[in-house]
Amino acid sequence: MYNTTVKLLGILFKDKRYIPLIVCIVALLMVQAYCELVLPSYMSRIVDIGIAQGGVEDAAYFNSDEYAALDADTKAGMQRDYMTQAALMMIVFTLLACVVGVVVGLLASRMSAAAARRLRREAFTNIMGFSSVEVDKFGVSSIITRCTNDIQQVQMALMYVLRVVLFAPIMAIGGIYMVANTGAGLSWVVVVTIVMLAAVIGTLLGLALPKFKRMQILIDKVNLVSREVLTGLLVIRAFNRENYEKDRFDGANTTLFKNQLFTTKVMSMFLPFVYFIMNIIMVIIVWVGGPAIDAGDLNVGDMMAVMSYMIFIVMAFMLLSVVATMLPRANVSAGRVMDIIDTESSIIDRPAAELLNEEREFEGRVVFDDVCFRYQNADEDMLSHISFTAEPGHMTAIIGGTGSGKSTLINLVPRLFDVTGGSITIDGVDVRDLSLRKLRSFIGVVPQRGVLFSGTIESNIKYSGDDVTDEAMAKAAEIAQAADFIGTKEGKYESEISQGGTNVSGGQRQRLAIARAVAKDPKVCIFDDSFSALDYKTDSRLRKALAKNLGDATILIVAQRIATILRADKIIVLDQGKVVGEGTHGELLKTCEVYREIAESQLSEEELNK
Amino acid sequence: MSDNAVKQQTRSQGPRIPGSSGPGEKAKDFKGAIKKLLNYMKKYRIALIVGITFAVLSAAFNIFGPRILSGAITELFNGLVMKNAGTGGIDFDKIAGILISLALVYIVALVCGIVQGWMLSTIAQKTSYDMRKQISEKIHRMPVGYFERNSVGDVLSRITNDVDMMTQTLGQSVTQLVLSTASLVGALIMMLIISPTMTLIAIAILPVSILVVVGITKFSQKFFFRQQEYLGKVNGQVEEEVSGHSVVKLFNHEDESMGEFNDTNDKLYDAAWKSQFFSGLVYPLINLVGNMGYVGVAVLGGLMAFRGSITVGDIQAFVVYIRNFTQPITMMSQVVTQLQTMAAASERVFEFLEEEEEVPDADGAAVVGGAAGGSGGDVGRVTFENVRFGYDPEKIIIKNFSQDVKPGQMVAIVGPTGAGKTTLVKLLMRFYDVNAGAIIVDGNEIRTIRRASLRNDFAMVLQDTWLFKGTIMENIKYGKQDATDEEAIEAAKAAYVDQFVRALPDGYNMMLSEDADNISTGQKQLLTIARAILAESPMLILDEATSSVDTRTEALIQKAMNNLKAGRTSFVIAHRLSTIKDADIILVMNEGDVIEQGTHDDLLAAGGFYADLYMSQFDTLEEE
Repeated sequence: MYNTTVKLLGILFKDKRYIPLIVCIVALLMVQAYCELVLPSYMSRIVDIGIAQGGVEDAAYFNSDEYAALDADTKAGMQRDYMTQAALMMIVFTLLACVVGVVVGLLASRMSAAAARRLRREAFTNIMGFSSVEVDKFGVSSIITRCTNDIQQVQMALMYVLRVVLFAPIMAIGGIYMVANTGAGLSWVVVVTIVMLAAVIGTLLGLALPKFKRMQILIDKVNLVSREVLTGLLVIRAFNRENYEKDRFDGANTTLFKNQLFTTKVMSMFLPFVYFIMNIIMVIIVWVGGPAIDAGDLNVGDMMAVMSYMIFIVMAFMLLSVVATMLPRANVSAGRVMDIIDTESSIIDRPAAELLNEEREFEGRVVFDDVCFRYQNADEDMLSHISFTAEPGHMTAIIGGTGSGKSTLINLVPRLFDVTGGSITIDGVDVRDLSLRKLRSFIGVVPQRGVLFSGTIESNIKYSGDDVTDEAMAKAAEIAQAADFIGTKEGKYESEISQGGTNVSGGQRQRLAIARAVAKDPKVCIFDDSFSALDYKTDSRLRKALAKNLGDATILIVAQRIATILRADKIIVLDQGKVVGEGTHGELLKTCEVYREIAESQLSEEELNK
Repeated sequence: MSDNAVKQQTRSQGPRIPGSSGPGEKAKDFKGAIKKLLNYMKKYRIALIVGITFAVLSAAFNIFGPRILSGAITELFNGLVMKNAGTGGIDFDKIAGILISLALVYIVALVCGIVQGWMLSTIAQKTSYDMRKQISEKIHRMPVGYFERNSVGDVLSRITNDVDMMTQTLGQSVTQLVLSTASLVGALIMMLIISPTMTLIAIAILPVSILVVVGITKFSQKFFFRQQEYLGKVNGQVEEEVSGHSVVKLFNHEDESMGEFNDTNDKLYDAAWKSQFFSGLVYPLINLVGNMGYVGVAVLGGLMAFRGSITVGDIQAFVVYIRNFTQPITMMSQVVTQLQTMAAASERVFEFLEEEEEVPDADGAAVVGGAAGGSGGDVGRVTFENVRFGYDPEKIIIKNFSQDVKPGQMVAIVGPTGAGKTTLVKLLMRFYDVNAGAIIVDGNEIRTIRRASLRNDFAMVLQDTWLFKGTIMENIKYGKQDATDEEAIEAAKAAYVDQFVRALPDGYNMMLSEDADNISTGQKQLLTIARAILAESPMLILDEATSSVDTRTEALIQKAMNNLKAGRTSFVIAHRLSTIKDADIILVMNEGDVIEQGTHDDLLAAGGFYADLYMSQFDTLEEE
C-alpha cells in the first residue's frame, strides 16, 4: 500500500503546481484532526465539573481556595457558565471540522479529477504519436480501457489517498499528542493500538494482496473465454466442442471463484478485528486507568477522553483499511496507464538539425532499393530484397497472393513501418531523413478499410487540413466518383457521417476515402486494395478520372482484381515477399507464371487472349 | 466482425465508475428479482440463516459491550467518591470481574463476526460461481437464433459485469445491511435503557442524517450522469481515433484530433470533480451531525450528572452509542442503492437463464455417419424433402424446397447479398428446425439424429473467421483434438498457410491475440480452412470461405479443396461464381427462397437469374 500511495502521489507531484495544494490539504487535514480530537477534551472537562459537584474536587480552578470560598449558588452558576462555554467551543470546533472537511473534499476532488485529466491528455497525446507497431502492441480495446476505466480507477484512488490515506497517520499522531497532553501517562496505549491495528491490517493485506493483484487477470480470462464462446458459437457447435468449451470455462471460473473466495474471506475478517481491537483497548484503558485514578494521577473525565480519542483513531484506520483493498487495483490501473504514457513511438523524426529537406518541393519518384522488412520477433523476412522505381506520372501496380507482403510494402513508403534493410527514397531523399509531417504532407493514402470519422462529408474530405478549398473538395469528390451520391444526399457535403462511417455503404465509404486522399493533391498517391468494394463500372470510371487528374503524381496501387491494374504502366508481382515479375500486363502474361495464374483465375479465355 | 465485437464489448463494459455513491439503475421489478435471487440461493438457506444469526449476534455483543464497560467506569467513579468521602474505596476485584467478562464478550463477538464473514462470503462466491457456470452451460443449450438477435456484448456483460455486481453486493451489502440494522436497533435500545431523555438527541439526529444522505445523493446524481455521459464521449473518441490511427497519422491530423479530445477531456474533468465533490459532501456533513450529537450528549450528560441523574459510566457508554448511530445510516443509504443495482443485475441474469432452449435430442436419437463408423451407401447423402422454413414462422422464406444430394456431390449455393444463402446450411446443421418437410442425412431424418453426431459429420469453414486466443497449433487442432503436430502441419500445408505460419514469430507456437487481430483476415481464413481439413468429416460446408482471400490464394485453396472434396459431399456458399462452375448442383437463392437449381450449363442455358448474375461479372472488361 505504501508503494501504491507513493506511486499515486508521484502522479500528482509530477505537476509541480500541485505541491502547494497538497501541502495545503495536509495542513487542512491537520486542522480537521485537531478539531475532532479536541472535542473529547471539552467533554472531559464538562464531565469533570459535573463530577466536581458530586464531591470530586479535581478540576484545577475548582480546586482552588478562591473557588472554595464562593457560595453554592455562585458555584453552580460558574459551573453552568463553564459548561455553556465548553459546549459552545465544541460546536465551533465541530462546525470548523465540517467546513475544513468540505474544503478538503473540494481540493481533493479537483486535484484528483485534474490529475485524471492530465493522464488522459498525456496518454492520448502519446497515442497520437504512436506508430502502428505500438497500436498493434496494445490493441484498440486495451487502449480504450486504459484511457477510460483505468484512469477513472486512478482518479478514485487519488481521491481516497488525499482524503483518507493521508488523514489516518495525522489522526494517529494527533491522537498520541492529545493523549500525552492529558498527562495520564496513557500514550503507550495509543501506540499499542496502532501497532495492533497495523499488525492486523498488515497480516490480512499481506494474505489478500497477491490474490487481489491476480483478480483482474482472472476476470479477464473468464471474459475472454466467454467472449470466444459467444463469437464462435457456430464453429463450436459444428465441431461438437461444447464440452471442451464448458471445461475451459469451468477452469477459468473455478480459479476465479477460489481466488475471490479467499480474498473475500480474508477481507471479511477486517471489521470484526478492528472492532475487537477498539473494544479491547477500552477494557485495557479502564484496567490501567483504575489504579491511576485511585492514586489520583488521572481524572475520570480524562480517562473518558482518552477512550474517545481511541475511537477516532481506530475509525481513521478502519477507513484506511477499506481504502487499502481498492488501492492494489488502482495500482495496476496506474501501471497500465503509465505503460501507454511511457511507451515511445518506434518511428520518430530525426533531430530537427538533420532534417534538411523540409522546404523542398518533391516530384515523387519513389525508389525501393534492396528493401527488406521483418516484423519484430519474426523468424523470416516479410519482404526481402525488393527493388523497383515508381515514376511520377506513372501508375505502378502491385499484385500478389495473401501474405505476399503487398500491404506491408506500401506501408513502408509513408513510414507506417520502417524498413529493416535497404532504403526507400523519394527524389533521392531517404524517407527517414524527412520529418513525418513533411513526408506525409505530400503522400495521399487510401487504406484497405475505408475508415471515416464522425462529422460531415466535408470534414472527412477536408481531413488533411483546412487549406483544402471547397472547389478542391468538389473536384476530389468528382474524381473519386463520389459527387453523384453526395449530390443525392439531403445535406450534400454537410451530411452527417457517423462514427466509422457506418451510415454510408461500403462502396461509398471507399469513395469518400479516395476523395479524402485526392483532396490533398498528393505527389505520391497510394491505393491499398481500395477498389474492391466498388463495382466494376465505378472502378473503371474512377481509374480513368485518376489518370486524367493526378497526371503528375506517382500512383502506387495494390490490387487483387486484374481488371483494376490492366492498364498500369508497371506491374510488380510479389510472391512470398519477393518480386517475381515486373512489367506490363501483356509482358507478364508471357513471362510470369504467378501472374498468369492470377489472371487465369479471374479472366475468361477470351479476355486472356485479347 | 472483430471490430464490431470490440465495439460491443467496450460499450457494454463501458466506463463504470467505481465507488459507492454513484446512482444505480433500477430493477423493473425489485421484489420479484430479490425473490428469485433468494429462491436461487435456496440450497444455501441454512448457511444463510446461520450467517445472519452470527451477524446479529456479533452486532449484539458489540453493542452490549459499552454497557458493561459503563458498569466498570461507574464502579470506578463510585469507589472514588466513597474514597473521598472516607467511606470506602474502589472495588478493584469487582472491576476486574467486569472487565474479564467484557473481554470474553468481545472475544465471542470477534468469533461471531469472523464466522458470519466467512459464511456470507462463501455463499456469495458460490452463488456467483454457480451462476457463471449455469450461464456458460446455458449458452450451449440455446438456439443459435438468440445470439443472432442479441449482441455478444450484451450476453458477455451478463456473465461478467452483472454476476460480479451481484456477488459484490451479496457479500458486502447483506453483511452491511444486517450489521447496520442490528447496530442501529441495538444502540437505540441501549440508549433507551440508559436514559430516555438523552435518547431524544439520537432521535433528533436520525431524520437529519437521513435528510442529509438522501438529499446529497439526489443532488449529486445529475453530476454522476453527466460524468458518465462525457466518459462515454471520451470512450468514443479514443475508439475512433485509435481504430483510424494510421489515417489520422497519414493525414497529419494529430493536432486537430488532440484539440477535439482536449475539449471533451475538459468537460469530463468538470463533471468528474463536481460529482466527486458533491457526493463526498456526505462525509463531513454526516460527521457534523454526529459531532453535534456528541456535543448534545456531553452537555446534557454533564447537566444530568450535575444533578446526579446519570452515572459517569453511562455518559461514556452513550458517547459510544451515539457514534455508532450515524454510521449505519450512511451505510444503509449505500446499501439501498447497491440493492437496487443488484436487483437490476440479477434481473438480467435470470432473464438469460430463463430463455428458451433448443429442443433436446429425441430419446434414442441415432448416431450416424463418421461417428458410427460409416453405415454403408447412404453416408454423405443429403435429401431435402419439401422443406418449408422461416426464421419467424409467420414469415416463411423457404416455401417448398426439395433436392437430393448424392454422396460426394458438390452443391453450390449462390445469390446476391442478403438472399439467405446461409439459411440452408443452418437448417442442415440443425441450428434451426424446419417448419415443415424433412431433411434426411445419411438415411436418417435429422431430428432423429443426435445433434452431436449430426454435426460431427460436417466440417465447416465460415465467412466469420473464428479463432481463439491460443497458439496457432491449438487453433488448427480444434477440429480434431487428438491430432498430432505432424497432422496439423500437413493440414496447414494443404491450406497453403504453412509458409506463412513459419514466417511468424514463434511459428506454430505463436499466440493469437483475442480476435486474432495480430494476423490478417486472409490468413485467419486459411487457418480455419486448415482446421476444417484436419477434422476429416464426411461432409463439408464452406460459407464464402474464400471471400477474404485474394484470387491467387483462392486458386490455391480451390486445388486443396478439390482434393478435400473428393469423396465428400460439400456445400459451398460463394459469391465468386468462377469458383463454383463445376458444382454438381447449383442452388440459386433470392429473397430467402431457392429460385433456381441445376448445373452451371443448365442454368446458363435457362437464361434466368443465374445467367444474369454470371454475365454481370464481365461487364467492365467488355466496356473497356
